Amino acid sequence: MSITTVLEVKNLVKHFPITARGILLKKQVGVVHAVDDISFSVNKGETFGLVGESGCGKTSTARAILYLDPPTSGEIYFEGEEVGKIFRSKDREAILRLRRKMQYVFQNPYASLDPRMTVADIIMEPFSIHGHVPKEKQHERLYELLRLVGLEDYHAERYPHEFSGGQRQRICIARALAVEPELLIADEPVASLDVSVRAQILNLLQELQQKLKMTYLYISHDLSTVRHICHRVGVMYLGKFVEIADTDELFNSPLHPYTQALMSAIPIPDPDAKSKRILLLGEVPSPINPPSGCRFQPRCIYVKEHKCVESSSRLVDAGGGHLVACQRT
Amino acid sequence: MARELLEIEELKTYFYTWAGVVKAVDGVSLKVREGETLGLVGESGSGKSVTALSTLRIVPRPGKIIGGRILYRGEDLLEKKENEMQKVRGKEIAYIFQDPATSLNPVFSIADQLVEVIRHHQNVTKQEALDKALELFRLVEIPDPEIKMWSYPHQLSGGMKQRIAVARALSCQPSLLLADEPTTALDVTIQAQILDLLKNLKEKLGMAMMLITHDMGVVAGVADRITVLYAGRVCESASTRTIFYNPLHPYTMALLEAVPSLALKRDKLKVIPGAIPNLIEPPSGCRFHPRCEFAKQGVCTLTVPPLTEMEPDHYVACARAGEIEAEPPLRAESK
Repeated sequence: MSITTVLEVKNLVKHFPITARGILLKKQVGVVHAVDDISFSVNKGETFGLVGESGCGKTSTARAILYLDPPTSGEIYFEGEEVGKIFRSKDREAILRLRRKMQYVFQNPYASLDPRMTVADIIMEPFSIHGHVPKEKQHERLYELLRLVGLEDYHAERYPHEFSGGQRQRICIARALAVEPELLIADEPVASLDVSVRAQILNLLQELQQKLKMTYLYISHDLSTVRHICHRVGVMYLGKFVEIADTDELFNSPLHPYTQALMSAIPIPDPDAKSKRILLLGEVPSPINPPSGCRFQPRCIYVKEHKCVESSSRLVDAGGGHLVACQRT
Repeated sequence: MARELLEIEELKTYFYTWAGVVKAVDGVSLKVREGETLGLVGESGSGKSVTALSTLRIVPRPGKIIGGRILYRGEDLLEKKENEMQKVRGKEIAYIFQDPATSLNPVFSIADQLVEVIRHHQNVTKQEALDKALELFRLVEIPDPEIKMWSYPHQLSGGMKQRIAVARALSCQPSLLLADEPTTALDVTIQAQILDLLKNLKEKLGMAMMLITHDMGVVAGVADRITVLYAGRVCESASTRTIFYNPLHPYTMALLEAVPSLALKRDKLKVIPGAIPNLIEPPSGCRFHPRCEFAKQGVCTLTVPPLTEMEPDHYVACARAGEIEAEPPLRAESK
């Protein structure tokens, strides 16, 4: 099978203006550099992981891809079509067609389900929006979806508050699958769940991917779930990629000092594990005034004054598709 | 072996809600020895926080401690009067809350908040208290403490706020520190900093710590002993190494196997079926039996397994403990 690219992101930038009220008009007083010129691609059938700490731009990237927050600049191609062009054309049908192909599972299943709709209403709403399932088949499809995500038929008449967190996340997944998407963006799908339930959802996502041949963009701050579920991983820091590589390659030989520190910071559930912890100094700088040069430079232990501070680092292939943005390598 | 500093026996804390009585903590026994770190592990709703709050008798309404004993240095805290408890809180036993954003007072500078605690427990002047506060800020490694001490909580990042919370907890040199998920609200790199800080301070000051967490990774690196809670009861209690390499309770085993690991990649994660039970009407017998793959009809479903000492200092509450074994691959590879 040849590798086909499903999603391609080119030079994506997402800035949020900070405004203050002036005498008459709002004026812009600053810019949050949420995502700053990132490029990556996701191949068909793979799970691409977007990892980083809070505020590094993972969710902003995902929302920009879906045009929930239109990007400031840059291009996004989905199956070769430019997403921005379709949204700018305001062609409702074309937009719907695109929306059907890309779906989103949100982080918090407690906030992303309408409490006044039954599970059946929630899962069948996409049918009436997209009209891709004939009326007489809708109920049949609903039960199919419920069983697919491991729920029972009788759950259809219930309301979200009657379910536990894990079950709610299953409902969210069923809703996303209702339109038979090609790409599923899962934004921290297990972060708000209990440990014993996390495994259920992670396994479900993996099973569904094999069954339905879907592509995932998996967003998480938790490297251990990323290692488990992703084929390729991109590590973000302050709105930029620092490293992109195959999962095994990345975990076995991380090249960027930030990736190394991030990995060493994860507590290992083994009392005998020799932790060679690289403690990072200080905290993530503000994305309003990102540091000059390499964004990681103020906290990097290998920093070289003239090189790292003056010019920013670009992603360079360090061999075998292992991309890293560090001038030291 | 060190003396017991804190001994909780058969603690019961119930919440009287409209929907019914929530048996949040239902017969928890545990001990913390002098100078050691006990990891209290469990999922949400297992009763970890309520156990810690009960220790200081600060359970929010409609919660009530209805049974058991909490022995601190041999004295039962449940029999103390409220004004006597105030001398224990902060001075003998200090508490660090999960969310540093809400545990600090937003309208006072952080220096003022420390001075308040210090002057409540120690007979010192304001200037002396301020000097002490400054010393504490240095201890928790706050950069430029002379300037930072006059800032307000909203001016600080999450990691910094948690450092302040640690400083406040340590201000009166407590013998026991209750740290309730101190790193859950923080990013991994900041979590590593705070855990490191707690570990160092604990050694420097020789205090004992009860670290509450749901993260097996966190306790592995920090705790000397671990007590695992499930649905308001203790499942297993033993040294950290024993819990990780020779767990006897099926819940502990499942918990260890359900967590994706960085060290080894498995195709499929072990799943604990179902969800955490409702604590208004908890399952009969062993509370884990509806989700347990080893449950035996007529045994586990009927009788509550008592916490028994299977090996020296290894307590397990399972009717079938010893008959079942953890899956070998996990143990073998992690060693």
